[in-house]
Amino acid sequence: MSKFNLNNSYKAVVIGGSAGSFQGVVKILSQLPKGFPLPIIMCLHRLKHVRNGFVEALSIKSVVQVTEPYDKENIKKGGVYLAPANYHMSVELGNYFALSTEEMINNSRPAIDITLGTTAYVYRDKLIGILLSGANRDGALGMKHIHEKGGLTIVQEPTECMIDTMPKAALAVTKIDHVMKVDQIVEFLKELDKQYR
Amino acid sequence: MQDIDIADLKRISELIFQKYNYDFRNYAMSSFKRRVLRIMELKKLTVESLIKKLNDTPIFINEFLDELTVNVTEMFRDPSFWRIMREEIIPAIQLNHKQFKIWHAGCSSGEEVLSMCIMLKEMGILHDVTLIATDLDVNILEKAKSATYPVKNMELNEKNYIRFQGTASSLKDYYKEDSGYAVFDKNLFMNVSFRKHDLVLGDVFNKFDLVLCRNVMIYFNQNLQNEVLKKFHESLFKYGYLAIGSKESLIWCDYANRFIVVNNEEKIYKKIKD
Ligand SMILES: C[S@@+](CC[C@H](N)C(=O)[O-])C[C@H]1O[C@@H](n2cnc3c(N)ncnc32)[C@H](O)[C@@H]1O
Repeated sequence: MSKFNLNNSYKAVVIGGSAGSFQGVVKILSQLPKGFPLPIIMCLHRLKHVRNGFVEALSIKSVVQVTEPYDKENIKKGGVYLAPANYHMSVELGNYFALSTEEMINNSRPAIDITLGTTAYVYRDKLIGILLSGANRDGALGMKHIHEKGGLTIVQEPTECMIDTMPKAALAVTKIDHVMKVDQIVEFLKELDKQYR
Repeated sequence: MQDIDIADLKRISELIFQKYNYDFRNYAMSSFKRRVLRIMELKKLTVESLIKKLNDTPIFINEFLDELTVNVTEMFRDPSFWRIMREEIIPAIQLNHKQFKIWHAGCSSGEEVLSMCIMLKEMGILHDVTLIATDLDVNILEKAKSATYPVKNMELNEKNYIRFQGTASSLKDYYKEDSGYAVFDKNLFMNVSFRKHDLVLGDVFNKFDLVLCRNVMIYFNQNLQNEVLKKFHESLFKYGYLAIGSKESLIWCDYANRFIVVNNEEKIYKKIKD
């Protein structure tokens, strides 16, 4: 039995973040166990009209190359995916991505609520949702969806966040299973990895 | 926020197909669902009352389609795409056909067409080009024809134009401001005809040197993308060009091997086989 009471039924990890989350994401990706068995699906707020650079910056230290999926691209185990600039990123039944240019939500495109909400719908209780630092309420509703479908919810410890609006908003609207510092999130993912060995 | 299950979404798309002859049955589920929920919220309708309204009130369909489709667009979206158009694609077309034809499929409120016309004018060849701009949504086509946009949208359009490095110092050279609206010079549209056309059920209607269909097929599932690509293939002259959105891909379509990639970053393809 692991200290987080984990098992190997999970099918995906989804991460949302905004202002102040970059360092945390880099740390998570750089300390990810080699051959991590689940896809990691990320929606991070970013400059709307800068198409290049972000995925490269995240990939430098990452164990796995980060990619911005094409519309209708299949989700692979162990893939690390980032929502592209100026598109909302959804997951569809059948395990592939769908992109869209719908109106902004919470002033954001990509919107974290959309990525979290659709992954919750597809993966249900087989999903782990992680919400990091951010100056916006985006993601709170998505975390609520994850919880309601039986998925596991984690937010970054607000005191560790550069801006704590986002995790606090999630804590206010739904049950959060774990409040963790980034180091603990890394530990958690390592524990999770062991369940699949 | 209400929720809606797949069975009800299917009832709605089936009803629209049977009664109004629009086929959303092969649209991507996640965005179709959000659009329907959005309409229910906007119009304060439940699933049952929405279905009833679609059944009983035929005039509701245009408004429904207008809300269902995603019309978000901008001028000179992806400025690097437009630079490649100006510097490589259009000159390549002109080597073969001094006068040529462009189809904007899914033109929405017209920003993409207007960008094209401004670019062609700056290249001094606007009079050599025939443009056809189509969309399913008749309300949005009316907006497109008016070439009039809220001034608040112009900041983004202007930023894109500057990154495109057009020859004018500002888009202001092309429009006049009138009570909060940017009204563009209608002469830019002298060779454009706007028409209603449905990519799913509509026929191939002409042959083109260049087809732009950007950020439209992302709303379709893979089967439908495949079918629509066949229509584009038929609508292109041999060695004609097809441009899709920067995050779209043709690789999983049957007809992909009848095209070559001309520019992968900007997703521009060329038809090489009939
Ligand atoms: C997001 S806009 C794309 C605008 C522009 N091409 C761009 O990239 O900014 C998508 C447009 O596709 C249109 N559309 C959706 N389904 C269609 C169909 N079956 N036939 C024709 N147009 C369609 C919608 O009405 C909408 O105006």
